[in-house]
Amino acid sequence: MQWDSLSAFWDMGGAAAFVWGSYGVTFALVALEFFLVRRRRLDTVRRLLRWRRAVGKEKKERAA
Amino acid sequence: MTAAERAPRASLFRFAAPQTFYPLAGRLAPWFAAAALVLTLAGMWLGFFVAPTDATQGEVYRVIFIHVPAAWMSMFIYLVMAFWSAVGLVMNTRLSFVMSQALAPTGAMFCFVALWTGALWGRPTWGAYWVWDARLTSQLLLLFLYLGFIALTRAIEDPRRADRAGAMIALVGAVNVPIIYFSVKWWNTLHQGASVSLTKAPSMASTMLAGMLVMAFAAWAYTLAVTLWRVRPMILERERHTEWVGAVLEAEGARAGGGR
Repeated sequence: MQWDSLSAFWDMGGAAAFVWGSYGVTFALVALEFFLVRRRRLDTVRRLLRWRRAVGKEKKERAA
Repeated sequence: MTAAERAPRASLFRFAAPQTFYPLAGRLAPWFAAAALVLTLAGMWLGFFVAPTDATQGEVYRVIFIHVPAAWMSMFIYLVMAFWSAVGLVMNTRLSFVMSQALAPTGAMFCFVALWTGALWGRPTWGAYWVWDARLTSQLLLLFLYLGFIALTRAIEDPRRADRAGAMIALVGAVNVPIIYFSVKWWNTLHQGASVSLTKAPSMASTMLAGMLVMAFAAWAYTLAVTLWRVRPMILERERHTEWVGAVLEAEGARAGGGR
C-alpha cells in the first residue's frame, strides 16, 4: 500500500480536488438515479391505481 | 389477439412478452444491484490500495477507474439502444422500444460522468478542463444525442410515434459511437490513445488494469439493475389496459397501503 497515513490518502498527492471531485459527483449521480427510479416506480403504481379505480367506477355507474 | 396473449412457444421468446418479463425484471434487478455494489467495493479497493502510483501522473490518474468504465458504458449503452430500436422497427415488438428508452437516462448519466471526470483529469495533466479535440467533441455529441433522444421520446404524446422517432435518433446517432472510439486513431488528439485493446497487450500495470475492469463490470451490473427497475413502471404504463397489470397494481397497492 502506498499511503503512509489517512491524511496522505485524502490528499491524493495534491490532486484531492480532482480525484474526489470525480468520485464524489459520480456517486452522487448514481445515488440520485437510484432514488429517482424508485420514486418513479411508486408514483406510477399510485397514479395507475387511481386511474384504474376511476375507470372502474365510471363503468359501474354507466351499468347502473 | 396480440403477441402477449398468445401461448408461449420458445422459452427465450417467452420473456419478450411483457407479463413474463415484468416479474423476471423485478426478480433479477436486486441481484445485479448487489453485484454492482460488491464489484464497486472490490474495484475501489484495487484502485486505491493495490494499484501503484503512476510514474508520470502521480495519484491523479486514479480518476481512470471511473473515467474509462463510464466512457465505455456510455458508448455501449447507446449501441444497445440502437440494437433494441432496430429490433423494434423490424419485428414490431413494443417492449424493445421501451427497453431502449429505459436505457437512455443511465447512458446519459455515464456520458456526463465520462466528460466530468475527463475535465477534472485534463486540468492537472493537460492544463485545461476542456479542449475541442475529436475525442472530447464526439463524446459531447453523444451526450447531446442522449438528451435529444430523451427529450424527443418524452415530448411526443402518442407512444407509437415516440417509439419510432426515438428509434431513428438511436440508429442515426449510433454512427457517432465508432467515431468516438476511433477518434484517437483517425485524428491527432490531445486525448491519449486506447490503453486497452483486444489486439495488443495493455500499456498499464496489471493491477491498474484489474481495477479498471472490475469497475467496468460494476458499471455493467449497475446498468442492468437500474434499467430493469426503470423498465418495470414503463411496462405498467403501456399495458395498463390489460388484466395482468390490473392484478399487479392491486397487489402493489395493497402492499403500499391502499394506493394513496
